[in-house]
Amino acid sequence: MSLELELFIQQVFNGLTIGAYLGLIALGYTMVYGIIELINFAHGDLFAFGFFISLTIFTALGIPRPLEGFNLIVVLPLIFVVTMLLSGGLNVLIDRVAYKPLRNAPRLAPLITAVGMSFALEALFAIWQGPSQINYPRYFPQIDILRDWMGLEPQLLFITTKDLFLFGVTIPLMVGLTLFVDRTKLGKAMRAAAQDREAASMVGINVDRIIATTFFVGGALAGAAGLVWGLYINSGRFLMGFEAGLMAFTAAVLGGIGNIRGAVLGAFIIGLLKAMGDQYIGGAWSRIIIFAVLILLLVFRPSGILGSTQSIEKV
Amino acid sequence: MTTNGVKRMLELENVHSYYGNIHALQGISLYVNEGEIVTLIGANGAGKSTTIRTISGIMHPREGTIMFDGQPIHDIPAHDLVGQGIAQSPEGRRIFPRLTVRDNLEMGAYKRSDAAGIKEDLEMVFTLFPRLKERRMQMGGTLSGGEQQMLAIGRALMARPRLLLLDEPSMGLAPVLVELIFETVQRINQTGTTILLVEQNALMALEVAKRGYVLQTGTVVLQDDAAALMKNEMVRKVYLGET
Ligand SMILES: Nc1ncnc2c1ncn2[C@@H]1O[C@H](COP(=O)(O)OP(=O)(O)O)[C@@H](O)[C@H]1O
Ligand SMILES: [Mg+2]
Repeated sequence: MSLELELFIQQVFNGLTIGAYLGLIALGYTMVYGIIELINFAHGDLFAFGFFISLTIFTALGIPRPLEGFNLIVVLPLIFVVTMLLSGGLNVLIDRVAYKPLRNAPRLAPLITAVGMSFALEALFAIWQGPSQINYPRYFPQIDILRDWMGLEPQLLFITTKDLFLFGVTIPLMVGLTLFVDRTKLGKAMRAAAQDREAASMVGINVDRIIATTFFVGGALAGAAGLVWGLYINSGRFLMGFEAGLMAFTAAVLGGIGNIRGAVLGAFIIGLLKAMGDQYIGGAWSRIIIFAVLILLLVFRPSGILGSTQSIEKV
Repeated sequence: MTTNGVKRMLELENVHSYYGNIHALQGISLYVNEGEIVTLIGANGAGKSTTIRTISGIMHPREGTIMFDGQPIHDIPAHDLVGQGIAQSPEGRRIFPRLTVRDNLEMGAYKRSDAAGIKEDLEMVFTLFPRLKERRMQMGGTLSGGEQQMLAIGRALMARPRLLLLDEPSMGLAPVLVELIFETVQRINQTGTTILLVEQNALMALEVAKRGYVLQTGTVVLQDDAAALMKNEMVRKVYLGET
């Protein structure tokens, strides 16, 4: 295989890894928007929270590196569950304190509150963990799959057990969420409430509880993404949620805000654009490309790639 | 609350409802006995839908009481009243456009957990409206107006309500469909469901109803047996379009 081709494949792969964690974050943006039409600007900070809280748990438990045996099979999944519960719970709390009192206010009010909430969370993270770059120890074992497991001799391609872990967590979560929203009674109630809140209450759906559930699920997924990021990238800082949030939000809009599959698709497109931009055009240009694509899309197809065109609702 | 074997199911007393400063219901009093079809008629803007919305807990009265089975319900939120036996097919149908017909109906039974009973009622709705069965995998929003109306009624029936509120079920439908809807309303009533029916089509409504109330600018101006209302001069003039 030529070096050029290997490089290209590696960048596609990198793009998919970026898309995988962005997708988890984008889902929260799109679900909350779907139900209360709020762009929750503080959502990206839940990703940072998942990073910090899971690091705190790892440190408090004094878990040795790398994870193996019992720690890998039992403790790590437990840390995932606890991180997701805490992140989901924090998101519900944020909604209760900052957005719920403004449910019937003009739309701009909760939007501005969300920006304020984001600043507040970032400041709290800076106080809690300090303002500088933080090292997240290499807990997850990193084995070179192509060379050590498969005995291949690529010049450049580098895929490790950490990549397996990243996809092994993010893909099932995304598929699981899609199935949950598509198939379960609670998921259908979420969609019903998103389509017509008043009609939902007429059939007996407690819309307030559905909204809280939505914040919980969105927060839990962002928290999981933060933990995945920590174990995968091994570094982060208090503002990491801002950067990731901006990209995930763009992904959600690209796919069609409010549309679950759209958020995931948008995330992978953004991930690929970023990886290709970084490699072939220069890292400085990546964001310009991503946002240029977003602007073009909004001009020519404002509802996003998979967004529902208005026609169905107007019948 | 039983007199001569007649049980009072719903009773509104001096109910006042507002939209902000707009005083939409100005002291409505009415009752519905178990097993009856009662109709509310009145011109556009008289307060018929507001009455339905206030009964079902979507809005709460600023003054007055609403009793259901002898218990006050005027402070209970809509989603809890469904569990107590009040369901509605609202004005404008309000079906979920991006859920399938089947899922719309399933949402109607949201408060229930008796899987066998839900399945039974789904079959019952499909028997009542075979069109819905044909289209059960289609999105609600792709149905025709008449089919959406059937879906809205079917969705309300899936709650297995004791009191069914119907707000203008014949609005915008072709005459054949209007006939069908009114026949269905009678059939639903014959199976034991009490019905409060709001209609602009006063003639049809009075034909199926036992009693009726005439609303005007948020107050009841006339109430009587349906047969008597049909003979009433004012009703004939204003609501049945006689000259
Ligand atoms: N959402 C609303 N906001 C403000 N006023 C309303 C609203 N809905 C209805 N109204 C007013 O309340 C009164 C009663 O309306 P409604 O109950 O819808 O009448 P009907 O169903 O008999 O046509 C009307 O004067 C109407 O303009
Ligand atoms: Mg009306």
